Amino acid sequence: MADLSTNLAGIKSPNPFWVASGPPANTGYQAHRAFDAGWGGVVWKTIGDPIVNVASRYSALNHGPHRMIGFNNIELISDRSPETNFKEIAEVKKRWPKHAVIASLMVDTRERWHEFVKRSADAGADGIELNYGCPHGMCERGMGSAVGQQPAVAEKITSWVMEAATIPVIVKLTPNITDVTAAARAARRAGANAISLINTINSITNVNLDTFVPEPTVAGRSSHGGYCGPSVKPIALNMVQSCAADPEVGLPISGIGGIATWRDAAEFIALGSTSVQVCTAIMHHGFRIVEDMTDGLNAYLDSKGFASVHDLIGRAVPSLQKWETLDLHFRRVARIDYDRCIGCNLCYIACEDGAHQCIDLKTPEEIGVGLGPGRVPHKTLPQIREADCVGCNLCSLVCPVDDCITMTELKTGDAPMSWGSYQEKLAKGEMQPLPPHP
Amino acid sequence: MPLQPLLPASALAANMADLKPPLRPQEAHVEASRCLYCFDAPCIMACPTGIDIPTFIKKIASGNPVGAARTILTANILGASCARVCPTAVLCEGACVLDDRDQQPIQIGRLQRYATDYIEARKISVLAPAPNQTGRKIAVIGAGPAGLGCAAELARLGHTVTVFEKQKQAGGLNTYGIAYYKMKPELSLAEVELVKSLGVEIRTGVRVGRDMKVAQLEKDFDAIFVGVGLGSGQRLRIPGEELPEVVDALDYITRIHTDPLDTIPTGRRVAVVGCGNTAIDAATQARRLGADTVSVIYRRNEGDMSAYDFEYELAKNDGAQFVFRAIPLEVLGTAGHVTGLRCARTRVGADGKVEIVPNTEFIEPCDLVLKAVGQEKQAKLLRDIFPSLSVDARGVIAADPLTGQTSIPHIFTGGDCANGGREVVNAVGEGKKAAHGIHVFLTKETAAHPVQPSRLGAQTGASGSGLLNPIRVRELEQALTTVPFLSGSPFAKK
Repeated sequence: MADLSTNLAGIKSPNPFWVASGPPANTGYQAHRAFDAGWGGVVWKTIGDPIVNVASRYSALNHGPHRMIGFNNIELISDRSPETNFKEIAEVKKRWPKHAVIASLMVDTRERWHEFVKRSADAGADGIELNYGCPHGMCERGMGSAVGQQPAVAEKITSWVMEAATIPVIVKLTPNITDVTAAARAARRAGANAISLINTINSITNVNLDTFVPEPTVAGRSSHGGYCGPSVKPIALNMVQSCAADPEVGLPISGIGGIATWRDAAEFIALGSTSVQVCTAIMHHGFRIVEDMTDGLNAYLDSKGFASVHDLIGRAVPSLQKWETLDLHFRRVARIDYDRCIGCNLCYIACEDGAHQCIDLKTPEEIGVGLGPGRVPHKTLPQIREADCVGCNLCSLVCPVDDCITMTELKTGDAPMSWGSYQEKLAKGEMQPLPPHP
Repeated sequence: MPLQPLLPASALAANMADLKPPLRPQEAHVEASRCLYCFDAPCIMACPTGIDIPTFIKKIASGNPVGAARTILTANILGASCARVCPTAVLCEGACVLDDRDQQPIQIGRLQRYATDYIEARKISVLAPAPNQTGRKIAVIGAGPAGLGCAAELARLGHTVTVFEKQKQAGGLNTYGIAYYKMKPELSLAEVELVKSLGVEIRTGVRVGRDMKVAQLEKDFDAIFVGVGLGSGQRLRIPGEELPEVVDALDYITRIHTDPLDTIPTGRRVAVVGCGNTAIDAATQARRLGADTVSVIYRRNEGDMSAYDFEYELAKNDGAQFVFRAIPLEVLGTAGHVTGLRCARTRVGADGKVEIVPNTEFIEPCDLVLKAVGQEKQAKLLRDIFPSLSVDARGVIAADPLTGQTSIPHIFTGGDCANGGREVVNAVGEGKKAAHGIHVFLTKETAAHPVQPSRLGAQTGASGSGLLNPIRVRELEQALTTVPFLSGSPFAKK
């Protein structure tokens, strides 16, 4: 069994799975349930001056029969009093001393920040997360993403926090910004101990085509909501890696964004996260999902011979480089295993209409593969013209059968040549320009 | 003793309810979402009417059931009944690529029903009459699936069509002869209305040759489509067949369709002779009407029966007993009513023919005998009305398989009278092909073939579509046994 315990800037937890600041982390009751289920940490729903919420608050993007591949909300920060929240944090911490409890905060003035930072530490919180990311409602009042989108403002407020902080401080970043590393660097400059990202993305999930009002609807109106759930994972991974790879950031990361399984978590960790935070998946399935997350991550780490989750952190960060460093001579082509092919021809039409026209439709007799399951007389099958295949992957991505279309490396014998070295060779007159694709 | 109805109406309604209930909207959505949306899909090739199945399923998945129904009915005017009565396991669903992925095929039939039910329940019209009329007139003899398929396609090509039907109601076997738990006659009549809505005139209760002279037809119309189907059930030719409780299985099924269920007399012990799909329909419905026992008597073995496996399973699940290798010799009666069948065991002789095994006679007690040993061909009728029409050795009309054109150039045919008896969907497809044959014959122009959008761009063109070159799973399986593929095979590219 690998050691799943983590230490993010001094915040220790028995495993890297934290409940993210949001509806599942609203009360002490929920925190007890989360820790009972096996979560390693809870980032409390953002504490600030109590707000008033609307009904309705959530909407979802479904895909085919799959519910909530994306999720959006217009709910604000905690609608409970700071007194209640800090009291419950103290109670939870008392019962779960080895688990991480982080107070998420959002206030406005320097004095109020000082006050809330101190009250968090007094309640026994293990750390503080600064909510600079909420993209709806609070930003209209100069808080949330209104702060996160302006690195200078974020830096200023973070420096106020650091004046009073006695426990580690995490700055939570908004993705609603052109370059997330600018905000991350600001956090570093202000002395923050860690960053967490991403917060939710500005979004409209869908429009009711009868009423012409987007969801969620409040008395005939809607408002831009924060988008999250499985479909935001690629955006989050990109931003996490950008921060992890930036030497001017250089802070531990708590990764957030569409994490629902141990595999998602492992990917965030491999791209530089020390802990991961989960909200939408809990809203969908409850705290119980953490059992498979810890179990699956453990099995994965064991299978790789990693003694600790810390051995995984950042492993995939260096392999992501600028496009101009990629090898222009690397060749790969698609190959079809006709024993697996079911003859759906999705690869054909995808390549024909959506890519590079490198697949022909031919009968089994013409291809010479004989008949069998999926290969019936006169029924066309795809055949790849390897000479024309650009190795784009599209056919293998649309193929509904595992291991049917394999992207296979072709040894060209040419030494690797990046765009950068190509430009150098051209400048030196060492080679002629490569001919354009016909 | 004369037979009585056995069950109250409430029990009969439950017993005769749809075998496959309609899909609810969410079920349809989930099922449609499973479809891979194959390009050049094998399900299309397996459909004798060439319905663009992936397209209509995609439309259901996207929340466009009206468009789905339009796609279906454009290719197959009887799409609603075919959704219920097609042996999908040996047609579209048997060709589904998911079968090769060790998964259940898409329930194409039930999805087709979902789309066609949707517009029927809301009375949404999805097909428009032809915008221009050619002025050409075509007579269609027989308002069964072939005749309706032909008439609808001709009307959509702008021709003036009159259908002559001897029965009181149009629809043919769809109205009178489908197992009640598969389809109700009202649905068939709604389809007849759909055909009429395209401008087709249907004259029922008119027997061509008697009420309408052929000479008059020849004078009034530019071309004639013959879709007269098959004749009445074949006789057993054994003593006692004249007893009142010896009934043709198709007549029995017709009665189920025309009379209230709780007025239909049924035997407590029913013997069904024959083992085709009609025999199964009769056996299953007899059980569902309240028979205590149903025995299906077949002169050959289990593996020889022409009924589909799923029909056989249905009958067995309904409690029908199967007596293989037995042949009835005499219907026994007391006081003018059936009491049993005297049968003998059979075996297959050296010459491959069935012969009776001596000294193996036994009596199968029964009070109702349902005959399902095949339908008569229409050879006599055809001789009477079209004396010069070529009829082949099987007693079916000889015709060009691609156009339905017969030995008399202006007479076309399709359906059971031309194919010897196949599925409803084959009849519709053949009627449709004949409509195109007639169109070319009358206008010298080729009508735009209903090429499936998914086939555009495929180098093989449209030649593999189900309409022009239907492939059934059974035929595919046969072809697969003849590996390696040879150019002499029926599947060779033309």
